[in-house]
Amino acid sequence: MAVFVVVVVLAAYVFGQSLGYGNSWMWMAVLFSVVSSFAGYWWGDKVVLAMSGARPADRKRDFDFFTVAENMAIAAGLPKPKLFVIEDTAMNAFATGRDPAHAVVCATTGILTRLERRELEGVIAHELSHVKNFDTRLMAIVAVLVGSIAYLADLFMRSLWWGGGRKRSDNDRSNLGGILMIVGIVLAIVTPILATLIQLAISRRREYLADASSANLTRYPEGLARALAKISEDREVLEAATNATAHLYIANPFKGKQFHAWFSSLFDTHPPVAERIRLLRVM
Amino acid sequence: MQVSLGIILGAVGLIAVYFWSLYNSLVRESTQIDEAWGQIDVQLKRRADLIPNLVESVKGYAKHEKSVFTEVTHARTALMKAGTPATSAQANDMLTGALKSLFAVAEAYPQLKANENFVHLQKELSDTEDKVAYARQYYNTQLMEYNVKVKTFPNTLFVRSFGFAEKEFFKTDATDRKSVKVDLH
Repeated sequence: MAVFVVVVVLAAYVFGQSLGYGNSWMWMAVLFSVVSSFAGYWWGDKVVLAMSGARPADRKRDFDFFTVAENMAIAAGLPKPKLFVIEDTAMNAFATGRDPAHAVVCATTGILTRLERRELEGVIAHELSHVKNFDTRLMAIVAVLVGSIAYLADLFMRSLWWGGGRKRSDNDRSNLGGILMIVGIVLAIVTPILATLIQLAISRRREYLADASSANLTRYPEGLARALAKISEDREVLEAATNATAHLYIANPFKGKQFHAWFSSLFDTHPPVAERIRLLRVM
Repeated sequence: MQVSLGIILGAVGLIAVYFWSLYNSLVRESTQIDEAWGQIDVQLKRRADLIPNLVESVKGYAKHEKSVFTEVTHARTALMKAGTPATSAQANDMLTGALKSLFAVAEAYPQLKANENFVHLQKELSDTEDKVAYARQYYNTQLMEYNVKVKTFPNTLFVRSFGFAEKEFFKTDATDRKSVKVDLH
């Protein structure tokens, strides 16, 4: 994370200096990114729920989901999260919310009917672990950094295109200006891609962490392993999911529609299911 | 002269930080554990509250199975009287054993098993037992960290003067966990 921040600041500095605009661009880009990410972080749970068409869970109707969520919250020492259900036969679940006191856990009717209680426990424990490990906050911060880089690179390229402001003094006609320019262009192309790759790698690591935390809560990793196996066999695509919300779900909701190349696994928000199951089973 | 003074001040500072963070973390963990115990207590009470309804509902069909009812009621009273984690754990296990006998008895009465009230109570009771189990798991996990902190060196030299001591786990001895003898006649 610290490296990431340093990279962003460095890139911003290089861009700013080579254009002769100084540091103001860097701060503007970061500010822009912070504001948009903050909005997402603070109200993200309401937005996602509205987008997914979820209804609040009912103790009588969704007894298993309700009680499993209560039990897992007790085991984790967290306050009970708000529970929602999506009416969809595809099997998936997600958790969101800026901190444990404002947590929301959502599951599809598909997953609630198809999983046994112990498997559901594993899934809910995984989702609650995301909340407990403050993953929403982490990914929001990462999104800020990635966004900042993207903005900076974009601004830089646009400035070049439009011939930018030449506030450089006469002394600065050395080769340094030219070198910085070239470095700037290379960075402008490369860093947004790198940033996204880093973001996805972080997302995958947090998924593994949530799997491990889930096993710690339930003391029964086989439950989650079986649930993941069942979910991965389900060919159905979750209609309510979009690219923006895909990383929140327990399993990639766009399975089957993936573009497969040797490097495409770098672009996955979730680690491969077979690997997750294998790790759970050796715990 | 200045250098050695600086070193001494630095050492004193470090020690002060050590005491400060030790005391605060003990306070924080101790409070968390008390709250976790409160959570167990809530679930145990909930369990105790469900029992009278359950007993009445079974009595409606199997009035003559008196020994089972008295066993359950005794265990319930013991649970409600228990105060410390160790005695509560023991009373809780006793109640679980008594309930096993009660449900074994209920197996022989198909009308009882079909009774909606009974089924609902059974589900709720089973859920409460799960909740006790998870609250206990959380409590014991927090307690383990706390006890380790209290008992390791050099902390152990100071914790008593801070007013902290080792706490009880919520668990029973292995001897109490013999399989429960179910008395059906």
